[in-house]
This record gives sequence, structure tokens and C-alpha cells, in this order.
Amino acid sequence: MQDLGIRVLLEGNNMIRLLDGLWVTVRISLLAVVISIVMGILLGMVMTLKNPVTKALTRIYLEFIRIMPQLVLLFLIYFGAAKAFNIHISGELSAVIVFTLWGTAEMGDLVRGALISIPKHQYDSSAALGLTGIQIYRYIIIPQTLRRLIPLAINLVTRMIKTTSLIVLIGVVEVLKVGQQIIEASRYTAPSAALWIYGTVFFLYFIVCFPISKLSGKLEKRWQN
Amino acid sequence: MSKTDYLLEIKNLEKSFEGGTKVLKDFSFSVQTGEVVVILGPSGCGKSTLLRCINGLEPIQAGTILLDGQSITDGKTKWSQIRQKIGMVFQSYDLFPHMTVFENILLGPLKVQGRTREEAGIAGEKLLERVGLLEKKDAYPRQLSGGQKQRVAIVRALMMEPEIMLFDEVTAALDPEMVREVLDVILELARGGMTMLIVTHEMQFARAIADRILFLDEGQIVESAAPEDFFGHPETERAQRFLNIFQFEK
Ligand SMILES: Nc1ncnc2c1ncn2[C@@H]1O[C@H](COP(=O)(O)OP(=O)(O)OP(=O)(O)O)[C@@H](O)[C@H]1O
Ligand SMILES: [Mg+2]
Repeated sequence: MQDLGIRVLLEGNNMIRLLDGLWVTVRISLLAVVISIVMGILLGMVMTLKNPVTKALTRIYLEFIRIMPQLVLLFLIYFGAAKAFNIHISGELSAVIVFTLWGTAEMGDLVRGALISIPKHQYDSSAALGLTGIQIYRYIIIPQTLRRLIPLAINLVTRMIKTTSLIVLIGVVEVLKVGQQIIEASRYTAPSAALWIYGTVFFLYFIVCFPISKLSGKLEKRWQN
Repeated sequence: MSKTDYLLEIKNLEKSFEGGTKVLKDFSFSVQTGEVVVILGPSGCGKSTLLRCINGLEPIQAGTILLDGQSITDGKTKWSQIRQKIGMVFQSYDLFPHMTVFENILLGPLKVQGRTREEAGIAGEKLLERVGLLEKKDAYPRQLSGGQKQRVAIVRALMMEPEIMLFDEVTAALDPEMVREVLDVILELARGGMTMLIVTHEMQFARAIADRILFLDEGQIVESAAPEDFFGHPETERAQRFLNIFQFEK
């Protein structure tokens, strides 16, 4: 029985299909992650402003995104936008939009946290040395902010990659969906295929996320001393 | 006495914070080159604020501060220029945690003064040697004790070859057994003729190092006297009360 299962994996172009599915996952994640990081840094900086209006608006945005399950957001964009404005947004684009909205909010909060965690006397003592405003940011504030931020940001990125599995539900055929299709097709010929296919999908997620979290661990260790 | 005999002159300084409370009121005093002035006073009387005003970390509302007879508060010179001549060490350990001791002390000379790594490096090693920390050159701040950190912070300020040093309770956050090693460094600077303004709660140290004691209360100078006079027979009742608190501690 077991050998039948593994055969399904190697049969025809199943492996290629899985990799294609993985590419969809990676493509969506990558786009959303890159945009989220850029927007999130800007958002985080805006969030540290003392202006009550920007404070309230960014707070509402963050809370809204946090309260809404990602799935609801996906449905809201994919089905809701189509209904409300009579426009059709593809599943993949909807996914990028939702993950960018989510990633930007979370990234913004991480950036805000990293920025305000730099003690005030770091600014004072570098100013007292005669460093100019730009130099203070370049040599003192940004390096310390990045050290705090990067491990947290990487954690967010892996969370985003994993959560993309939800987009199956708005019809995007990504790696998990391909896996399910293959399993369906071989339900009677090879009942044990499910184990092999899901195992492979697990492995594929692993090879995407593992190097990222490995990198984070490495950076953390390097900055420890 | 000609005007240029004063290294630092403060004239009619007024400082208040946004809330509106006046912290320094019509504050005037001068420091001669080589003079060591110790500033004493109860908590909240404006000692830290005074030091922060002198190197522009706090904006002032009125008055003038002159360094070498030149106004530093008229906005004509950039603070980044002026601050090179005014070294400051704070109460909190404020080394840059992502840099080694050596990087900490070279940052100013290299990035602000544009000196060469070679020349500044030699100066840096000499100063670290003087405070007994040459072997900690490549250590990170978190690997140092509080006393060692403060000695490095002093070296970092000295690296800029300042004309005057400001110390704001640099031993207040230290464990008692580390206070001495830091005060010794400051005592040695005094012997070397450095002009200094020192805020401290170490009364014996104040007595030993000061050429003059400035006693502040509520943002004003209440007494300005030689240490023997101030500690021996303080003139005002406020100063007597202040000193009594410390007598009690012994
Ligand atoms: N950033 C600030 N905003 C508003 N008020 C301030 C600020 N910094 C200091 N103050 C107020 O100014 C007054 C003087 O403070 P300062 O820190 O200069 O006192 P200090 O003499 O150094 O006291 P300590 O011995 O406790 O260090 C205090 O009443 C304090 O509450
Ligand atoms: Mg103070």
C-alpha cells in the first residue's frame, strides 16, 4: 500500500504541479511581504508621531485588521468588492491586497515598538557628542532599531507565508490546493497518497520557511555579542 | 578681570518646560578656565536642566550662554559644532550598546571631527589605559560593570578634546563599591586642569574636588562659596537643612 502512495507523488507531472502551486504561494507571499515591509516602516514612523489624528487613524486601522480574521478579509475583498462595486478582482490579487493590508498593519506596529524602545538617552548622549540629527539616526538609532526589528519581522513573514494557505477558499490554486486535487484524483487507486502528498506539502512549506527563520536565529546570535 | 578669563558665562538664563513651570530663573554665573564647580541642591531644583541647557539639549527661553566669550545661544553656530567643545556624561549608562568600547569612543572623533582612525585610535588607547580599561577595548557595553561603563563614557567625552566637562550625577546609579573608581578618574581630570561642572550627591567628593560650590534651590543660586566655607558654615538656612540630610547619612 505504501509504495502505491509514493508512486502517486512521482506520477505524471504531479511533482511539477505541486511546485507550481508552491510558486503561487511564494509569489503572493513575496509580493505582500515586500510591500508590507516598505509600507510598514512608513506606517511605524507615522505611528510614533504625537499628532492625535494620525494616532487615532493608525490605531483604528491596526485594531480593525487585528480583529478581522484573515479569511473574512479575503471574502470581503474577493466577494464583497465584486458585489459592491461590480468589479472583479482575481483571487490572487485579492490575496495580495489582504496580506498586504495585514502585513503592513503588523509590520507598522513592530516598527513603532522598535522605535520607541530606543531609550531617550541614546539620542541625548549621541547629540552631546556633536553628532548631527542624520548621523544620530544613521549610526545610533537605525542600527539598534533593526536589531530589534529583524527577528520579529521574520517571524511575521513566516506567519504570512503559512497563512496564505487560506486563499484556497477564494479559489486560488496554490500548493495545498494542488495537493488536495492530486489526492482526490487518486482516492481509489492509491488511498495512502494523502499521507505522502500532505507530507510533501509540509516539506515544501518547511524548505521555504526554515531558511528564513534560520537566518533570523543567525542574526540574533551575531548581534548578541 | 578681563572678559576672556571666563571660559563659560551664563547670563540671565530663563528656562521653563511646556507645562509652564519655571525651572531656572534669571540664572547667572561664570566659570573660569581650569575651575571645578560642584553644583549641589535638592532633587528637582534644576541641576540636570542647567547642564542640559549649557550644551543645547534643552531650549532656553531667555538669556545668553557664552563659551570663550562667544555666544552659543544666538543660533549662529550649530550645536553640533559647540557640543564638541563641551563634554557631557550622564547618570544613566548611555554607551551605545551595539558598538564595542573602542567603537563607542571613536565614533565622535571619526564621524564628527573627521579625524583619522589611526590618530584617534592612538589617542583612544592612551585614554583607555589611563582609566585602566585598555583590555576592555573590544568588549561590548553589556560585558562591563556599571563603573567600567561610566569610565568608558568619560573617555568617550574626553576623546572630543572638550574645553569643559559636564558631569550629571555620574555615580548615582552605581553600586557603592564602584563609585570610587569613577570618582578617581574625575579627580585625576581635575588635577590635570580640566574645567568641570559637576552635579553630585557625594559630599566628601564634592568637598575634595571643588574650587567652588554652587548651591541651588528652586532654580536659583542660593549660595556660591569655597567648599570649606560652604561645608564649614553655610550661610543660609536652606543650605544648612540640605547638609543636615547628608550628615544624617554618615
Ligand atoms: N522634560 C521635562 N518636562 C517637564 N518638566 C521637566 C522636564 N525635565 C525636568 N522637569 C522638571 O524640572 C525641574 C528640574 O528638574 P531637574 O531634572 O533639572 O532637577 P535635578 O535638580 O536634576 O533633580 P535630581 O537631583 O532629582 O536629578 C523638576 O521639577 C522637573 O520635574
Ligand atoms: Mg538631575
